[in-house]
Amino acid sequence: MDSTNKPNETTNVVQMQGIVKRFPGVLANDRVDFTLRQGEVHALLGENGAGKSTLMNVLAGLYRPDGGGVVVHGKTVNFSSPRDAITAGIGMVHQHFMLVPSQSVTENVLLGLKEPRFRMHLPRYNHKIAEIANQYGLHVDPAAKIWQLTVGEQQRVEILKMLYRGAHVLIMDEPTAVLAPSEIEELFKTLRSMTAQGKSIVFISHKLHEVMDISDRVTVLRKGKVTSAGIHTSDVTRADLARLMVGRDVVFRVEKKVVKPGNVVLSVTDLQAQNDKGLPALRGVDLEVREGEVVGVAGVAGNGQSELAEALVGLRHILGGKVFVNQEDVTNKPVKLGIRHGISLVPADRTLVGSAPNLSVTDNMIMKNYDQSPIGQGWMVNASEAGKYATGLKEAYDIMVPTINTSVRLLSGGNLQKVILAREISSEPKLMIAVQPTRGLDVGAIEGVQHLLLAQRETGAAILLISEELEELLSLSDRIYVIYEGKIMGQVADGNIDKIGQMMTGTRLEQIEKQGES
Amino acid sequence: MTNVESTKSAAGFKLPFKINVEPRVEDPPRWYSPVLSIVAVIVALLIGALVIRLGGGDPWKAYAHIARYSFGSIGVLSDTLVKAIPLMLVGLACSLAFRMKLWNIGAEGQFFLGAFGASLIVLLPVLPENAPKWLFVIVMALSGMLFGALWGFIPGLLKAKFNVNEIISTLMMNYIAVEWNNYFIYAVWSEGGFQMSRMFQRNAWLPRLSDYAEEFPVLRGLTTHMGLLFAVVAAIILWLILTKSRWGYEIRLIGDNPRAAQYAGISISKNVVFVMLVSGALAGLAGMAEISGVVHRLQGAISPGYGYTGIIIAWLAKLNPLAVVLVSILFGALILAGREVQPTGIPTLIQGVIMVSLIASDYFLRNRITITRRVEA
Repeated sequence: MDSTNKPNETTNVVQMQGIVKRFPGVLANDRVDFTLRQGEVHALLGENGAGKSTLMNVLAGLYRPDGGGVVVHGKTVNFSSPRDAITAGIGMVHQHFMLVPSQSVTENVLLGLKEPRFRMHLPRYNHKIAEIANQYGLHVDPAAKIWQLTVGEQQRVEILKMLYRGAHVLIMDEPTAVLAPSEIEELFKTLRSMTAQGKSIVFISHKLHEVMDISDRVTVLRKGKVTSAGIHTSDVTRADLARLMVGRDVVFRVEKKVVKPGNVVLSVTDLQAQNDKGLPALRGVDLEVREGEVVGVAGVAGNGQSELAEALVGLRHILGGKVFVNQEDVTNKPVKLGIRHGISLVPADRTLVGSAPNLSVTDNMIMKNYDQSPIGQGWMVNASEAGKYATGLKEAYDIMVPTINTSVRLLSGGNLQKVILAREISSEPKLMIAVQPTRGLDVGAIEGVQHLLLAQRETGAAILLISEELEELLSLSDRIYVIYEGKIMGQVADGNIDKIGQMMTGTRLEQIEKQGES
Repeated sequence: MTNVESTKSAAGFKLPFKINVEPRVEDPPRWYSPVLSIVAVIVALLIGALVIRLGGGDPWKAYAHIARYSFGSIGVLSDTLVKAIPLMLVGLACSLAFRMKLWNIGAEGQFFLGAFGASLIVLLPVLPENAPKWLFVIVMALSGMLFGALWGFIPGLLKAKFNVNEIISTLMMNYIAVEWNNYFIYAVWSEGGFQMSRMFQRNAWLPRLSDYAEEFPVLRGLTTHMGLLFAVVAAIILWLILTKSRWGYEIRLIGDNPRAAQYAGISISKNVVFVMLVSGALAGLAGMAEISGVVHRLQGAISPGYGYTGIIIAWLAKLNPLAVVLVSILFGALILAGREVQPTGIPTLIQGVIMVSLIASDYFLRNRITITRRVEA
């Protein structure tokens, strides 16, 4: 750890030169150069599969490069494990946290260290960790158990873990993917406080506005190659970055055709349901979606959105209220009945709900129609029909997989989402419920998904879009409902952000309008 | 510039090459998994050889002995198959349940109940003593399957309705099954105070190859019985179900991700009950085949833990019904010829080592190992 004493000798904390990393059939990093200066936030931008995480996994000691070298504080290093990397002061906070839920913050931070030896001396270490936390504005109670913490707080624990181990270079792998908007603000404050105190941060992301917000410099990767190395963020525009990232111009405004709304497809009255913990999650939701309409549901995460989607398709027991689809009562009806009635759901969690990771692309695509002709024939699943169907979808939706027999666990997030969307759309749904359909996707894939949704709208499907991305809701929706603590606060048709924002924090539309008059 | 070779330098010396381990990012080729299994078995046999050597024996002689006494002649091959029949059926029972990640540890109990169900037909009696053989075979098989299925149904229903852990419930049901049988052989059907029922009359025996020795002298003395046909047919049917049928698709989907299955509208509780029923029926059929094909009476010691060996066989076969047949024959050979080598000890050890090697070999299925020459940085 002697290297931490003399950080001022060089402005370059980390230098990676000509990094090459091969995976079977893929050149993930092709002679990539990357430099990190002391006290900066350096964004690493690129689409999914561009090689961002691979490059940083090399720096964090998880992967060994096939070529090139890494210099930390002027010394050539050759990490063979993350332990080596952290000894050299480089720590990585992964997208998926590695914490023990039943243990306290302090216990998690101390996990795997040589000190304390036998007795834990928890109060003493609680104090020590609270000090570090305060120094960087990482507000979290050291004595709290992990399971009691929000996702944002858990992320702070991960950062604390690295800081406690003496990290002065912090790699954040898509840290905002799991956070609510308010938590993102908090995180950015912390990051700025850390750089102000001399730490250096690599910020991996594919969200342009965040990169513009937080980073000092930015390196863009495309297909394993650097397309722009360490340019100052202030010198570029969002459109520039998008072009560097995707390799072509990206349209930010979505072109929406005029579609006249038709009959009411989904009608929900006074819907009530509980969450997994048995607490009320929906307390009387009323909403309506018509043919040819995209209706958004906005809200801060955890206000009943996922419960709403599950209750509508029959995955969650409805305690009160009614759900009608095309005038037919589908309240608490089996999921299969909903599928036959043309209700489709794009779930928020692609891997946990939307797909079976170890099954093939084909098996995942036929999930909703394996028992329907021509794929289901009597007691059999017709393998050649299933294969034909899957190949058809693969081509129609331009899904990048070696073969349709590949396990979907090996697909990138964007391709997996396309598999799910292809499946859900190909059933020609009358009502499509999409929950966070673009979460975690890169710009190119987001564009594709949004176009698919709008194409559904043009064919006359009713679409309920549940999302935490306001921007997406505004550009796609004809109307937007706002949900807060399981209740609809009101709806706007003109995309008035002020009103939406106020409703998201719990003010009813009537109140807002009353205040406006007085 | 100093070379920070952080941890390696502490070791003092360096190998001229590096071994890199990385998680696989592609599916391995189709041939890889079976070849890997064969290699694992060979490695296990080598480890076994080492132990025999350390014990002062000659491993090659021991293995040659095992091979001769299990596959060396048509007579011993027939005996090997007889040993393999119950293993095949319980192996199939476990494979089906494990495909859905339903941990049926109760094949042993279902086996005992199957034996009970089959005996019932003869001893109660359900069928008159002089009923034709074909009728006995059919009715006993159905009764054995029914009772085995019942023994699977109870934990299945508990799991589906109250989410009772099936590992515990099926395991406990095994003890109940053994004592249930004991009650009948001690108290109800005891023959002259011995803890066994009377010998079944000949028309309640499963047909054996030796029954046809008059027409085909070559079959004389061969004890392989019709249970082999049951097992092979069951394996083929189960393979068809798991790979080709809608039900098999549902089982695979639930096994891989129950939440995705629910989302696709598949009822998990219904499938838990069905799978436990069929799994129990297969184990019950094993019990029937053993009683009617080999033991010919209901008694206490009808199973040297077939139900538990079935778990191992299912895993070794990677839950593939057709592979279950082959693995069962291998294990039948080990059980039969192993006794020739040593009554207990080494053969059991080899079984265990095979199991461990095969499980360990999964590591190579999930990770890619490359050896590269060390490059000085």
